[in-house]
Amino acid sequence: MNSVTPPAKLTPKDFATDQEVRWCPGCGDYAILKGVQKTLADIGARPEKTVFISGIGCAARFPYYMATYGFHTIHGRAPTFATGVKLANPDLDVWVVSGDGDALSIGGNHLIHMLRRNVNLQFLLFNNEIYGLTKGQYSPTSRAGTRSPSTPLGSVDNPISATQLALASGARFVARSIDNQIKHMPVVLARAHAHAGASFVEIFQNCIVYNDGVFNDFTAKDKVANQQIAVENGQPLLFGTNKQKGLYIQPAAFEIEVVTLGENGITEADVLVHDETNKVLATLLAGLQGPDFPVAIGVLYCDPAPSYEEGVQVVKDRAPSKTEGDLNALLRTGHTWQVDAKS
Amino acid sequence: MSTNTAFKNEAPNEAPRQSLDSAVVRFAGDSGDGMQVTGGQFTLSAALAGNNLATFPDFPAEIRAPVGTTFGVSSFQINFGSSVIKTSGDDFDLLVAMNPAALFVELKGLKQGGIIVVDKGSFSDRNLRKAGYEENPLENGTLDAYRLIQLDISQLTLDAVKEHGLSNKEALRCKNFWTLGYVYWMFAHKRKETIDFLRTKFAKRPDIAEANISALNAGHSLGETSEAADGFQGFAIPKSEDAAPGLYRTVMGSEALAWGLTAGAQLANLHMTFCSYPITPASSVLHQLSNMSEYNVSTFQAEDEIAAVCAAIGASYAGTLGVTSSSGPGIALKGEAIGLAIGIEIPLVVVNTQRAGPSTGLPTKTEQSDLYQAVYGRNADSPLVVLAARSPAHCFEVAVEAVRLATKYMTPVMVLSDGYIGNAAEPWLIPDINAIEPFPVTFRADPEGFHPFVRDEETLARAWAIPGTPELMHRIGGIEKDYDTGHISYDPSNHQKMTDTRAAKIKGIANDIPAQTIAAGPDGGSVAVVGWGSTYGSINRAVSNLLDQGKQVSHIHLTNIWPLPANLGELLAGFDKVLVPEMNTGQLLTILRSEYLVPAKGINKVNGQPFKIRELEQAITAEMEG
Ligand SMILES: Cc1ncc(C[n+]2csc(CCOP(=O)(O)OP(=O)(O)O)c2C)c(N)n1
Ligand code: SF4
Ligand SMILES: [Mg+2]
Repeated sequence: MNSVTPPAKLTPKDFATDQEVRWCPGCGDYAILKGVQKTLADIGARPEKTVFISGIGCAARFPYYMATYGFHTIHGRAPTFATGVKLANPDLDVWVVSGDGDALSIGGNHLIHMLRRNVNLQFLLFNNEIYGLTKGQYSPTSRAGTRSPSTPLGSVDNPISATQLALASGARFVARSIDNQIKHMPVVLARAHAHAGASFVEIFQNCIVYNDGVFNDFTAKDKVANQQIAVENGQPLLFGTNKQKGLYIQPAAFEIEVVTLGENGITEADVLVHDETNKVLATLLAGLQGPDFPVAIGVLYCDPAPSYEEGVQVVKDRAPSKTEGDLNALLRTGHTWQVDAKS
Repeated sequence: MSTNTAFKNEAPNEAPRQSLDSAVVRFAGDSGDGMQVTGGQFTLSAALAGNNLATFPDFPAEIRAPVGTTFGVSSFQINFGSSVIKTSGDDFDLLVAMNPAALFVELKGLKQGGIIVVDKGSFSDRNLRKAGYEENPLENGTLDAYRLIQLDISQLTLDAVKEHGLSNKEALRCKNFWTLGYVYWMFAHKRKETIDFLRTKFAKRPDIAEANISALNAGHSLGETSEAADGFQGFAIPKSEDAAPGLYRTVMGSEALAWGLTAGAQLANLHMTFCSYPITPASSVLHQLSNMSEYNVSTFQAEDEIAAVCAAIGASYAGTLGVTSSSGPGIALKGEAIGLAIGIEIPLVVVNTQRAGPSTGLPTKTEQSDLYQAVYGRNADSPLVVLAARSPAHCFEVAVEAVRLATKYMTPVMVLSDGYIGNAAEPWLIPDINAIEPFPVTFRADPEGFHPFVRDEETLARAWAIPGTPELMHRIGGIEKDYDTGHISYDPSNHQKMTDTRAAKIKGIANDIPAQTIAAGPDGGSVAVVGWGSTYGSINRAVSNLLDQGKQVSHIHLTNIWPLPANLGELLAGFDKVLVPEMNTGQLLTILRSEYLVPAKGINKVNGQPFKIRELEQAITAEMEG
């Protein structure tokens, strides 16, 4: 008998392993783990078709806690392993999990190239603005002046914007969420999954041990309304306790301003409407920072283009012969000569 | 004998061609003179004439060095003949010098009494100065010890191609084919294949194709018409008689490697994912395979060597054969990832086409100095398999064997080639792939008793379970894994066990590779000369010559560098002395001394040129007498 039973609907728990989770108590990574497990259940992911690939860092321990295929590789290189996996088997559903050091410092080059190639996978960057695993040194996203074991008097380097880097690298899907936004995150992750091509998601993650509260100025409960803006395609870019504030661009200026509805004759019609296919807007949104501006979360940019795997297939189809080559025959093409057996 | 003009002597005509057993010819000219194409065509014509042969392309590092300079000289050497040819030859019998710089650089390698063919037309004051000549060597008697054939090749070429209406510059570019035509006449080679080659190569510029053909024919007919006057009738080299019967072709090392990897993947029943980043002299393998997508091969040019090896590992993880290829500096970058592949025990083939170093070193010159890197060059106790090809054609079987061992033992395998092997060509008895014993991979599908590090009792290889397989979901990675469950383990005694197991697995391969044989001489006695890689031809010929002189000496050549063949220690113990010639400062030497505690001695050089036979004979003799 060979009847096909539809796969049972899986719950978030079905995506959890029996391995003891080893992050520090209170680490933001726990919430992200829950969010991802919920997303996989929501989208009906098949564990045997799903692969989590990571580099090194606290964030990169992630695959051990997912009851899917998992590959914990080396520091910074996860995008390259993932690219190899997708080259070998484009049908696999690949998620890369990385930290700010892993993705933007040692692995910056690979991230750029994976994004510009548009490899069809989801890339999650857990940004805690610190090197967690190596005990708290400043990272490429740490703000200048960060005091850490390696910068006791404050760091000098300017931080990099992960989302702006992704956009500049040619990413066709760029989004943000926050570890404590347990409703928002699965929605963004599901969008990332639905997008064909490389989907880049930055998740602000609190490292309770080495960088506690670094995002409080926009993630604390009392800051959410006025220091965050959750963008949605086709919707006006409004925020504030009563959605009374909006983002506005003066005609002929390239700068975003915050305006208040009802002041200076401003109405909702004056407020910018989010267009996630507009890369200029996405880049501006990605650059917004407190205290003068809210931090933008949600899908900043989504404008699909053919994936790398599709491109590879297109090029393969250009090969002169469509049938599988006969290697024995190939070795015998060109100039050959026969040496006869001596009689 | 020297003649200052080729054709002035009164001489008997109709003399037969002079019969030779073999000849060494070196074509030398400016980088832009097309010496490599000329050499390639000559190689083909020699092969089609039924000769054995070995070649040595020797070109400068600069893509376009300034015209006429000594560092812009590009050369191609070929040794061809009717008996067994082992090397591209020591000193050459014929030097073709297209300009003063070529003559200046190459003359020292010409035999006393050898023939020089020069393009007299290029010996202008300016070119002489650029080459470093204060006087014109064609005129001051310094070449009297040679047989000098000076022809105004530049002018003769211009005359020959006039009718095709090319620009002066384009017309002069045909010089190399004029010269080739003349050298074809010297050795009675046929022109047809070269004519076909030109028509294909310049299909879009038939005027250029026809001009080159006219030049080729003109060079050839000059030889024919001048012979009677000079008394020089050209040479005849009989067909080789000792080749095994079958169908032959010439093959370069990079081609043989690409085909061998492809054949290996087929025999393993796997798709191959070849990931690389360009570097001299390794890129030709990438180019070759990029053209072979119909043969179940994908290629990926990564952003750097680290990305290339990691993508290859990812591709193996997902169930294809991951292969990466580079030269020493790139292999250094791959080190950490190779360590991961050792830790997760995944098949991976890493090809190193070695070049002279350290750092950028001499990128186009050959060396064998990455042996330590291959065997030891990673952090921690991280054993893998190392194989070394000894000649261009040998790359094929080494590549097949690399795939067999990588897949059977779930291990990275390093294949060592070098710049010389990669670019050199030799005749190859084309193998029948269907006659090679296949070694198909079976992926783990059975969930019963599965964990990622469950091992085959005999080979110690772990199960290869690939993503997409129901019920086998598992996690692997660089953190040490528990021997019994495959989960992360920080237990020190487990680490001891896993380290021992990884080492034992690689060591056990010694029982699955051929026993070491003797390449020449008795299997015990006074002196064993032990080599590896591209020194094969020189060592073998040197030892054979010494054997002919009645000396007691043997040649042992290693393909299996790690693990070493199981019988090697015993074999070496049967000799009073062990000599190890290498193009490095003594790397195999160190390994043999440390593995077998033999008082081996090295014969070493690193001047970017392969060993000469004579050099080795002298060094071996000196050691035997010393
Ligand atoms: C080649 C290499 N260099 C350095 C390290 C040490 N190292 C491990 S994780 C890490 C930084 C991790 O920071 P991040 O990526 O932000 O991850 P987090 O721990 O904060 O989640 C470093 C420097 C390493 N494992 N490998
Ligand atoms: S160090 Fe920070 S990031 Fe790492 S597990 Fe602890 S809290 Fe989380
Ligand atoms: Mg971090």
